[in-house]
Parts: sequence; C-alpha cells; structure tokens
Amino acid sequence: MTSDKSHDTHILPLKVYLGVAAALLFLTAVTVAVSYVDFGPFNMVIAMGIAATKATLVALIFMHLFYDDKLYLTIFIMSILMLAIFIVITLFDTLRRGDIYEQVGKPYKQDAQIYQTAPADSGAAGHGVEAAGDTTVSDSGSSHSENSGH
Amino acid sequence: MSTATTAENTQEKVNYLNVARGIKSWLFTMDHKRIGILYLFSVMAMFLFGGILALSIRLELLSPGADMMTADTYNQVFTLHGAIMIFLFIIPSVPAILGNFALPIQIGAKDVAFPRLNLASWYVYIAGAALAIYAIIAGSVDTGWTFYTPYSTQASGAVITMVLAVFILGFSSIFTGINFIATIHKLRAPGMTWYKMPLFVWGLYATGIIQVLATPVLGITLVLLILERAFGIGIFDPAMGGDPVLFQHFFWFYSHPAVYIMILPGMGVISELISTFSHRKIFGYKAIAYSSVAIAFLSFGVWGHHMFVSGQSQYATLIFSFLTFLVAIPSGVKMFNWVSTMYKGSLTFETPMLFTLTFFFTFAIGGLTGIFLGATATDVHLTDTYFIVAHFHYVMMGGTIMAFFGGLYYWWPKIWGRMYNEAWGQISALLVFLGFNLTFFPQFIAGTQGMPRRYFLYPDKYQMLNVVSTTGSWILALGLVVMAVVLIHAMKWGRKAGKNPWGALTLEWMIDSPPPPHNFEETPKIEHGPYDHDKVLVKPDKYSGEA
Amino acid sequence: MSHGGDRPAFLQHHFSDAEQQRESAKLGMWIFLLTEILLFGGLFGFYVFFRAWNPEMFINAHEHLNRVLGGINTVVLIVSSLTIALAIRSIQLNEKKKTMWFLATTILLAVVFLVIKYFEYEHKFHLGQLPGQFYTYTGIEGTNPHIFFSVYFAMTGLHGLHVIFGILAIGWVLWRTKKGEFSAEYHTPVEMVGLYWHLVDIIWIFLFPLLYLIG
Repeated sequence: MTSDKSHDTHILPLKVYLGVAAALLFLTAVTVAVSYVDFGPFNMVIAMGIAATKATLVALIFMHLFYDDKLYLTIFIMSILMLAIFIVITLFDTLRRGDIYEQVGKPYKQDAQIYQTAPADSGAAGHGVEAAGDTTVSDSGSSHSENSGH
Repeated sequence: MSTATTAENTQEKVNYLNVARGIKSWLFTMDHKRIGILYLFSVMAMFLFGGILALSIRLELLSPGADMMTADTYNQVFTLHGAIMIFLFIIPSVPAILGNFALPIQIGAKDVAFPRLNLASWYVYIAGAALAIYAIIAGSVDTGWTFYTPYSTQASGAVITMVLAVFILGFSSIFTGINFIATIHKLRAPGMTWYKMPLFVWGLYATGIIQVLATPVLGITLVLLILERAFGIGIFDPAMGGDPVLFQHFFWFYSHPAVYIMILPGMGVISELISTFSHRKIFGYKAIAYSSVAIAFLSFGVWGHHMFVSGQSQYATLIFSFLTFLVAIPSGVKMFNWVSTMYKGSLTFETPMLFTLTFFFTFAIGGLTGIFLGATATDVHLTDTYFIVAHFHYVMMGGTIMAFFGGLYYWWPKIWGRMYNEAWGQISALLVFLGFNLTFFPQFIAGTQGMPRRYFLYPDKYQMLNVVSTTGSWILALGLVVMAVVLIHAMKWGRKAGKNPWGALTLEWMIDSPPPPHNFEETPKIEHGPYDHDKVLVKPDKYSGEA
Repeated sequence: MSHGGDRPAFLQHHFSDAEQQRESAKLGMWIFLLTEILLFGGLFGFYVFFRAWNPEMFINAHEHLNRVLGGINTVVLIVSSLTIALAIRSIQLNEKKKTMWFLATTILLAVVFLVIKYFEYEHKFHLGQLPGQFYTYTGIEGTNPHIFFSVYFAMTGLHGLHVIFGILAIGWVLWRTKKGEFSAEYHTPVEMVGLYWHLVDIIWIFLFPLLYLIG
C-alpha cells in the first residue's frame, strides 16, 4: 500500500527542484542580457524560445506532467494547440485583409504573352486584348475574333 | 396531499424525491438528480419567457406595417428572444437537465465527480438569469444576441449588464463541462469500458470538450467589450486604430462551437431513442461515437463562415468555407447510422420516437441548407435574409429542441416514477411537428426572395408567407401547451411506472423509478452493452403493476 | 448509505477510494487550467494581431517598460513557484511546519510581486501612458501607441488579478494546514493550489519577454 502510494505521488529529491529553479533563473538572466543586443528578426525567436523552454521546465517538473498520467499532458498540449489554431487562422484574415482589392482592375496573368505585345491602338480594353491575340498566336487568335462577333 | 400518499404506501421505497423534504433539502442538495430537476424548472421558465417573445415577434410580423409595438421595442424583443433562448435555454437544456440526471447513472456512478461544483453551476446560472432579467428592466438591449461592435459599444441601453450576464452564464457552462469530463474519465463503474458507454455519454463528453475549450475565449471577449464600452480602450474602435472585425473573430470562435454545444447532446439523445424504439442494436456504434468527437474538434475551424460578408480577407474565407464543408461529414455519418439502425428494426411509435423522426426530418433540412450557406457564392446572397433565420431554427429547434423534447418524454417516467398519457403525448408531438414546419419553412422561401432578417417592416409581397408562418407559430405554441399539460399531469397523477417502460438496455433502466438516493445500492455489474438488443431481450414494464 | 467503516473522513461518498478522488480532482484542475490558458490566450491573440498591424509602434512603446523591474518580478515569481513546489513536497513527507513556512514564503513573494507591479503602474499613470482614450503621453512614435498600453494593461491586469486570487487560495490552504487537515495521505487542495500557482508563473514567463524584452 505504501509503496503504491509513493509510486503514485512521486516525491522528487530536493536537488531536482533546486536544479530546475537554478536553470529557470539562469535562463531569465540570459533572456534579459540578450535583449540588449539586437539580432533583428531573431529577437523574437530567441526570446520566445527561452520562454518556451522555461515554461516546459515548470510544466514537466514543478507541475509533475513528466511523471503523471499522460492525460494531463494531453490536456495541456491541447489547450496550446487550440490557441495556435485560433491565432494562425485569424492571422490569415488580419494579415491579408484588403489584398483582394489590389487585384481589382489589374489584368489577369500580367506576364502572359498577349499583354506584352498589345499594340498602341487598344482604345477599348476588350478589343485591344483580342487584337493582341491575333498578332501573337495565330490559330487561337482567329477563334478569339469569331467569339467577339457574338 | 403528500402525507396522504406516503400514508397509503407505507412500504414505498426510499427514492431521491422522498428521501428529504422541504425547500432547504432542494436548495442545498448535492444529488445530481435533484440538481437536474432544479435546472429543469429554471430552464423551462426561461423557455416560456423566450417563447412568449417569439410569439410576439411573429404576431407583429403578421402584417407589413407597424401594429402592436414600435421599431425600438421590436429590436429589443428579438434581441432578448435570441439571448434568452441561446444562453439561458438551449445551451443548458440537454446537458444540465437530462445530462445531469442520466449521465452518472448511465455509467454506473453514484454522482458526478464534483457535486458541489455541480450545485454551484446552478447558482451561477440563476445569478446570470437574474442579471439578464435585470438588464431587461433597467433599460433594454437591442444589439442582437451577437453584441457586434461598434454598435454595442455605442448604443444606449443596459448592454454592459447583459454582457456581464452572459459572461457569468459562461461559468455555469464551464462548470458543467469540467464535471462531465472528469466524471466520464474517472467514475465509470468497473467493466464500463469506453465502448460500452451509451452514446448519450459520448455526446456529452464531446460537448464538455467544446464547453471548456471555447467558453473562456468568449469570456475574455466579453470582458474586453465591457472595457471598450465603459472606458474606451480602443481595441474594437476603428477611429482609435482598433478593429471591429476582430470582435467577430473572437465572438464566433466561441459561438460557432457553441452551436455544437447545443446540438451534440441532442444527437446523443437521438442515438439512445433510435436504438430503443427500433428495438435493434445501434448501427455503427464507434462511427457515431467518434463522429461526436470529430465534430467537437472540427467545429473550432469554421467560425469565419459567419463573416463572409464582414470584410474579412478572401483567403480566410476560402479556408473557412473548406473547413465548413468538412464538418458536414461527421454529421452525415451520424444520420446514415441512425437511419440504418431503423432498417429491419421492429419500430414502435411512442412519443419519444415521434420526436426522433421529427428530428431526422427537420435536422436533415437544417443541415442541408447549411451547405448552401457554407458555399461562399450562395452565402453572399443569402446572408442576413430570412433564409438564415429558417436555417438556424431548423438546426436549433428542429435539431436540439426536438431531441430535448424526445428525451424529456423518454426519461420522464424515470425522473418522476410515473407514466405520461401516451395518446396525448403523441398528439402534442404531431402538433409540434406541424406547427414547427409551418412556421419556419415559409421563411426559407421569403429569404430566397430577399426578405431581410431583423427588419420591423416588410414589403406587401411577403405578407402571404408571413401569415402562414405566424399561423404556424400558434399551432406550435398549442403543441407545446399540450405537451406541458401532459408532462405536468404525469408528475402527480400519472400511473406508476415500472423500472423499464421502454425495454431499453442502458443502466438507468435497471434501477427503480424514481431512482434511489445514491443510484446503486451496490456497484453495478456490467453484463451487456448498452444496445445489445440482439442478445438480450428485456420485457418492457410500462406500469409497475404489470409483471 | 452503508459505507464501510474503514473509509477516511476526507473521502466523499461517491468515490470508491482515495485514489479515485485524488485523480478526479487532479483531472478537474487540469481542465480548469486549460480554460485559464484559453482565457489568457485571447489576450495573447490581441497582442499578436495588433503587433502585426503596428510593428514599429510596438517596438517603440516597449522601450518605455522597465525591463529591470520586469526581470526582478520574473525572478520573484520563479522563486515563489519553487517554494510552493517545496511546500507540496514537504506535506508529502508529512512535515507540516515546513509546509507552512514554504506556503507563507510564497504568499510573501506574491505580495512583493504586486508591490513592484504597483510602482510600475503608478509610474505609467503619472506619465499618462494609459489605455485607449486615457492615453495622454506624447513621446512614442508610430501609429496608435495607446493600443500597446491597452494590451499591456489588459494582460498584466488580468495576470495581477490571478496573483491576488492566488494569494487568497494559498492563504486558505495555509490555514487548513495549520488546522492539521492535511497529511501525507490527503493533501489534494495543496496540490491543486500549487498547480494553479505554477500556471500563473508560466503565463508571466511569456508575458515578460513579449511585453518588456522584444524590440
């Protein structure tokens, strides 16, 4: 019974706790020190990497996730995963908002051949494109002109 | 009168209803069954309130002009109808009433994991309801139940009070979710493996996952909305560099999964009913179980389909549209399995089964019209028309509430130990079916013809459809009144019910009706699966007098 | 109602043994922590979205936070996390005196955290570096600097509320330890409060670099 109990509650040796705390304090010192140096875009990566390491240490050792039923670890990871899904999908909106309006009014596939050789007489846009088609690609160009007759 | 009853049955068994008497024994109870009943009465009171608001909306829309209320009153009435029905009725209906009552018994437990938290959730619910009612008296809210910014931060009225009420109600929902998940994980009786759990339990498990994952996000959103309105912190205000569309992201990240908080427990009820009344083993047990969990997770990726016309990025719209179609798959899996369960079964058509069949019919329409709305091209035309109103009611009322009514009739003999009147029960089911479809089907047509939702006046050409719809709402109300009379009558004056009136195989039917205070005298033995109708034959005993 | 006579007093009627009760409490607590993570997660979302919209402003505004004070507060919280972990270890070893000392130290450190936070807030109020419409400071370049302080006060404010609640919760278990309710056999509430306090620490571990350090 007693052995069962100790197996369950996992009393860790004192030095494990002290060691983890020392590591956390050390990482805090590192992250503050590093913040005075500019690594450009890597500032974020370094700071968040250190923070994630510290959080992992706290969760796995102080909160016993490493030793306990893995169900709790699953719950912990799931919460972070859900958060990531929310933020990433919302970023698809907030970062690209309004992009579609920049496309309006621009010709589709600008690098297509037909646009490059458009002659100067293209007063009406639609006709200009078809006339360009005539000069460059001869067989499809004829079908274009037939279509424009409708 | 109660003394007379006890006197005439001196050797009546002790059950959870007669074990203690007096108002205190109810207000301080830790018994999950009694808490279920506390919820039953408070939630139904809110349903009555919300229903009266709905009837007055329909009455106003009977004719194109302004008749019985002003435009402002109309805005407040539809806002309150939405907020009350969503936050105070549908979300707690199946989990907090039927789930609280049946879940622990179905897995062979004596109670939920945290009885005190369970009672706390009811008190929090009551506090939220009281605050919501106070908001109505203090100066009504007309933002719609969605509280969209920037209107909600500028409009007059008691918006902060109402938002605070919803915030508090969120805690009630979270408490229930935590309780159910922990109960299902840790309190199953020996031998009750995951695949021997009734599908109602699976449904509540999936619901619990959504409740605990989504509700906190709504909580923080509402707090920020209150801060924005009270102090102008500027995060939702475009004039200050904020973004109102962000509010919609945050709101729907909760509120779309919340739709599944509403429907998944209902689907669980249907799985119970369809097997019991087809007297046949459920078809595709694992498929139904896993599809519940799949819905729970997929539901978190679709919130943006409420925002196709909100000015969100087209890239986000594409992703959301795709993910929305994915959610249809597990729902379809369930439908096919339920219908396959009926095939070659020996169907009987008691009232719960009639509601089940209603569910299939209305939920199929609601689900399929949802596909129209998930497709961006059609959605742009149908957004904010009556098509949305009809779709939403077909899913919520035609889905969840039909399942809830079926479940009420199904478990009523177990809850009170008395049978209801079958013939009148069937009449109520038919009236509800007829009234519901008459009310909401014309709204699909009105919507495709362009009638906008939430408008006080409408052009004359829509009047015919609105007259049909309003007439339907009266038939629906009549059906609900008949149902209320049948159920209340059964509580006191119904014939005594036997242990197992339907010949069902889940654990709650193996114990007395009403159940003893601690459910099981001894830890129950699990002898068969919940739907083993092919192996075990149980003779139904509708009335306790019968053999 | 007829429970066996060998059931300990702390065991509730609907659990079959102490192990089941402890496991249930722990699972419930972890689900609660999940809701806490998502609650804060909403604010982290706001941070990300607004930072992506106003990158220059965020960099300029963060210079106005005192990273030394923030760093000291980080150290304070990490040490408090250690002391509460040691409190749980002590009660597992049945050393009640030590448990109480560790719990009291944790409360003391939490108060130190709040005092330092108070001086930071006080300074910001003085300068007018306030959220939204209250923002009166003029020294920060970039678009809408008040947004940074809206996010800053929302995040640290919610975290501060959690610290206050944590002090109350730790005080409560300290009082119950003093009454002798906990032992090596039963100390679930101490463990639960410990988990909560570690989460408060983890959240600060992320808040600190995001708000104070990243330039």
